[in-house]
Amino acid sequence: MPHVLLIEDDASVRDGMELVLRRHGYDVDTAATGEEALALLDAPDGARIELAVLDLMLPGMDGFEVCRRVRARTATLPVIMLTARGDDHDIVTGLEAGADDYVVKPVTAPVLEARIRAALRRAEPTGAPGPVGAAGARPPGGEDFAGLVIDRAGLTVTKHGAVIPLPPTELRLLLELSASPGRVFSREQLLASVWDHTFLGDSRLVDAAVGRLRAKLEDVPARPRYVQTVRGFGYRFGPL
Amino acid sequence: MSGTGRTGRAAGAEPAGGSPRRRSRRLVGGLRTRLVVTFVVVALISAVTATALAYRDARTAVLRRTQDAAVNDVRARVTAVAADFDLPPDQRSLGRFAAKVSDGLGARIVVARYQDLVAVSDPLADTEGRITVELRSAVRAGDGTRFQRVMWRDEPYLVVGMPVTYADGDRRFSGLEVFAITDLRAERDDTAALLDSVRAGILPVVVVAALLALLAAGTVLRPVRKLGRATGELAEGDLGSRVEVKGHDELADLARTFNETADALQASDARLREQEAKARRFVADVSHELRTPLAAMTMVATVLEEDADQLPPDAARAARTVGAETARLARLVEDLMEISRFDANAIRLNATEADLADAVRASLALRGWTERVEVRLAEGVRAVVDRRRVDVIVANLVGNALRHGAPPVTVTLATRTGPARRSTTLPSTDPTTVTSPHAGDEDEWVTLEVADHGPGLPPEARERVFDRFYKADAARTRSAADTGGQGSGLGTAIALENARLHGGTIGVAEGPQGGAVFTLWLPLRRTGEDAE
Repeated sequence: MPHVLLIEDDASVRDGMELVLRRHGYDVDTAATGEEALALLDAPDGARIELAVLDLMLPGMDGFEVCRRVRARTATLPVIMLTARGDDHDIVTGLEAGADDYVVKPVTAPVLEARIRAALRRAEPTGAPGPVGAAGARPPGGEDFAGLVIDRAGLTVTKHGAVIPLPPTELRLLLELSASPGRVFSREQLLASVWDHTFLGDSRLVDAAVGRLRAKLEDVPARPRYVQTVRGFGYRFGPL
Repeated sequence: MSGTGRTGRAAGAEPAGGSPRRRSRRLVGGLRTRLVVTFVVVALISAVTATALAYRDARTAVLRRTQDAAVNDVRARVTAVAADFDLPPDQRSLGRFAAKVSDGLGARIVVARYQDLVAVSDPLADTEGRITVELRSAVRAGDGTRFQRVMWRDEPYLVVGMPVTYADGDRRFSGLEVFAITDLRAERDDTAALLDSVRAGILPVVVVAALLALLAAGTVLRPVRKLGRATGELAEGDLGSRVEVKGHDELADLARTFNETADALQASDARLREQEAKARRFVADVSHELRTPLAAMTMVATVLEEDADQLPPDAARAARTVGAETARLARLVEDLMEISRFDANAIRLNATEADLADAVRASLALRGWTERVEVRLAEGVRAVVDRRRVDVIVANLVGNALRHGAPPVTVTLATRTGPARRSTTLPSTDPTTVTSPHAGDEDEWVTLEVADHGPGLPPEARERVFDRFYKADAARTRSAADTGGQGSGLGTAIALENARLHGGTIGVAEGPQGGAVFTLWLPLRRTGEDAE
């Protein structure tokens, strides 16, 4: 029973979504404002929540701010933005604030569900991409890339011994890229493998996630060493 | 959100100041040149006219003075000498007479004639050429002193002739004629010197005139140039450009008028911008207002549709209708928002380099059309495009072909070189602005042809097929085989806007075996730009 937090100020939309999600086997908490949502997450049983669906247009604290605060509290909670505008500006800002994915209102139930499923899959501690083989084939404690240690089994990333907490999407992206160091991945490939998009994804999802990842990993985000851009083609891990 | 309301000048546009060709034309026909030429010509005309008049007067005065002096001298001398001269003379006495007269006259040649006798004071001088027949006959007619200016061997001479009359009573002509030849070269040289000094003076006069003209041109041209610069800035889009108003002349008036015009322009531009911003806000607001209830309806409609089977037949039908119509309304609102965004210039191209064959295949697969469409896709064609927008275009064109045309529907991806041939008919709005600096034969395009084998579009429908809410006639609309419900009537317009956003266009034509052929043209730009 995946547990979803719905943050939406419009009662009808909230009710409709809650109804559909409950019918499809989700546990649903709802919040009408960002403040309410943050209070739910901070509550003792807040850790039950596995995913947040967040409307950007909220009274009081807006969705971008809520997203930033959620990220500050927990690195690992997947966040799907609901935007009523679909404007480039909203989407880019939302992704920069740390959202993993976005849907544009009005969204149909199947699409919403598919996105929620994909986001939850990324957060699962199994099925990490990597070299095929027994777990023992991987070096214990993870691979060391010039001080950046990626533990595929434990799903942790440390840099010079300090743990870097990564949201699920960024972690999956890093695992995908670092599984074949030096190989160039197109944005479309990454959308398919990381976001699990069976529809035509938005390459900005990849760009935004790469940007957030760099901010956490790189010494100088403007001159990345780990996640490099290959102009006109996509991204690659290294070469270091 | 800063929608790009204004388009700046295209890169590679002519720099301000005009092309070299215009510059050179301006050198020849410019205000400065014309002013200088006019000034110089006026100065020359006045100098030459004044000189000519002065020269004429001076020459006349000098000559008259010389003549009068010569005539008086000759007359006085002849009268004095003739007083004790006996007639008739012989050759010797005539010679002495001539010499005597000449002595008193300075360097003049004196010729005395008496009937057939001729005596010259200077025996070496040739005098025949200088004493004309007409002068002699005038003198012989005997009415006093006569003179004549002659040119002899290209030199000017004054010849004075007088008959000698008897001093007593009736003043009869004695038969003795005296001619004195005076050299006029000194006078000629004097007047020539006048001309020389004028000629020497002309050059400074011209230079001064030219300088004055330049000065005048400067005072006129500086404000004009300032105005020109300000106008240029205005044209470049700097509506805050103003000129300083100095003085009270016509140019100051012009400057004032310019400033007022610019003020008005700026004000109306600000109003327009404000309206545009309002329109954009309105679109955003309407978008939000409409989507919220639609979002709720879309969600609950799913529940109704899922449970329709357990409902009584009427309710089931109602539930399915609500579901279908909600989806249609959602699509309509979506398209309306999109077209409004285009109108408000609130669209940004999110372009990355992509393989177009892959993009087309993905669009078809996404909608489950792979089996229903024949594809002929050129592989390995990469161009910088916005994947989502290309998907919208492909979905619209193929969707229309499937909905309105008849199978087989073929989709052909190819590359072409040369100017975009925009079919026989085009959307009536402005043509595509081709972004390459050398528009025409060198342009490379990716073309995507979507052809069906239905009844095709009548010419008048081809004209209007890109208009908003235009529905082609009923013959082309088949409600059966409806892939995604009814179209919103905005799909083609949105597809065209998206093509234009890429610097391309969409054309429509009659297929070779009937049916409609829609062709998307996109510029084949390979320069990858990363959306970092």
